[in-house]
Amino acid sequence: MGNIWVYAELDQGKLAATSLELMTKARELGDVDAIALGAGAKAAAAALGKYGAKVVHVNEDKAFDDYVAEPATDALASHFEKEKPELILFGFTPDSREVAGRLAARLGVGLISNASDVVAQGGGFVAKVPYFGGSKVASMKANNKPAIVLMRPKSIEASEKGGAGEIKELAASIGDGSKRAHITERVVEASEKVKLEDAKVIVSGGRGLGGPQNFPILEELADALGGAVGASRAVVDAGWVPYSMQVGQTGKSVRPGVYIAVGISGAMQHTVGMKASKVIIAINKDAEAPIMKMADLGVVGDALKIVPALTAAVKAKKKG
Amino acid sequence: MKIVVTVKQVPDPNSSLTLEADHSISRDKEVVLDPGDECGVEEALQLKEAHGGEVVLVSMGPEKARDAIRKGLSMGADRGVLISDPQLAGADALLTAKVLAAAIKLEEPDLVICSTESYDGSTGMVPPMLAELLGIPQLTFAKKVEVDGSKIKVHRQTADGYQVVEASTPALISVTAGIAEPRYASLKGIMAARSKEVKQVGLGDLGVEKGQSAETIEGVVEAEARKAGQVIEDDGTAVDRIVQVLATAKVL
Repeated sequence: MGNIWVYAELDQGKLAATSLELMTKARELGDVDAIALGAGAKAAAAALGKYGAKVVHVNEDKAFDDYVAEPATDALASHFEKEKPELILFGFTPDSREVAGRLAARLGVGLISNASDVVAQGGGFVAKVPYFGGSKVASMKANNKPAIVLMRPKSIEASEKGGAGEIKELAASIGDGSKRAHITERVVEASEKVKLEDAKVIVSGGRGLGGPQNFPILEELADALGGAVGASRAVVDAGWVPYSMQVGQTGKSVRPGVYIAVGISGAMQHTVGMKASKVIIAINKDAEAPIMKMADLGVVGDALKIVPALTAAVKAKKKG
Repeated sequence: MKIVVTVKQVPDPNSSLTLEADHSISRDKEVVLDPGDECGVEEALQLKEAHGGEVVLVSMGPEKARDAIRKGLSMGADRGVLISDPQLAGADALLTAKVLAAAIKLEEPDLVICSTESYDGSTGMVPPMLAELLGIPQLTFAKKVEVDGSKIKVHRQTADGYQVVEASTPALISVTAGIAEPRYASLKGIMAARSKEVKQVGLGDLGVEKGQSAETIEGVVEAEARKAGQVIEDDGTAVDRIVQVLATAKVL
């Protein structure tokens, strides 16, 4: 019986990458069981085993894919009563956080959200949480059992351990009362070129670009470099580009080889999601912008001139 | 249709933050209605305009949070409920959700609208907790809401697009900042807000026990900072410098 659970999120049959990061962290802390619900759960069990799950509890009921949060909450809550884990780890992703929130409220234990690390301490668990806009890190001791902690994706690097987990069918009875928020259609809008999370190079834009009409120059540069385009919260909130491009505290966390921040001032809300990038290049009119203090190379100048010239130079170099 | 919108007063996102001795974020500074909640209020007002009904704002916070409610009332909401109690200082997400749930139950709304997450806490945990405590479905990350009688349909934002999610009322919706451009309060609206009811209640009125907080902050340290690199003025050579950096990083 595992004393730690990892909620292994599945998205339309595919294991979320952050689940393996959670496994890598969890196995440092104790014996780990993974819970995988929905289509693809059995197929995901092999990977979860390789990353350290002793037991993978699976259930492929269609309700997990078709209804928001409630079926998964039911399954976790009833299984909790049988196994009483001490710690349940979730990814801080839109789908997982909804399940975690409902579960914590149902069990009456609360939770710790947005953690970058978890350590065992004094018989319990302490989570490290980016705080104060990300300029500080708070150590938060979990007061409840179970402790429920949500970890930011990309906080740690996943690594295999080898081995195989035992697969067990998780008994779940999902009542009609939980089949309420019905997902009737899925629409893909994002370009399928390079995923932001997987990109080696990210070209990101902020308010300094002046308007949505200037975003294509970032796309051209990203295309030339084989990278992806990101954005700050300010321009997503302003409706310039879709949320799927947002990098930061409330968007995606990324750690590419090179992050090129164009017209982004560098508010903590943004930098918490990209400061783990290996190299940061900033292009900004304002020499005093906070992003300049963390960039490996800061260029003070007009992005609308520099970016197209850079794209041309990159293309020329690739040809030559 | 009766709609409750949860609203929160937060430190002005455009001002810099300071920390109190107990590690909580200081609220003595400039405070405003959370910009995300302005979008929630706007969406509620648009639904009311299309379908009729009432918009009630519910907030938990210090006495001063009345100003945030007042802001929403001046946009056009009908009345407010302020849950204020010294015992609620530093409340975690679950206690916040419990308190809001207790106050919202008394209103028996058809819809509860929250923003996806607050600008200051950003934990995003109150909406799912609130839905659970109210025993209603959650339609979250909504960037579009359609109402047809008791049927609710939202476009739920996902990493690569959106899902269409449907449910019946009563239901909770969390909305993204992109859902609706908040209107400016008119002078008439500001005047009218002065006479709108804001009822104040405490923990005891709601019958909520404070309970154990989910976490104790044991310490706060500076986050690891990146070392500053080189800052150059673009004198025409910037592109060459960037190309060099890209080459060194082996992405070119």
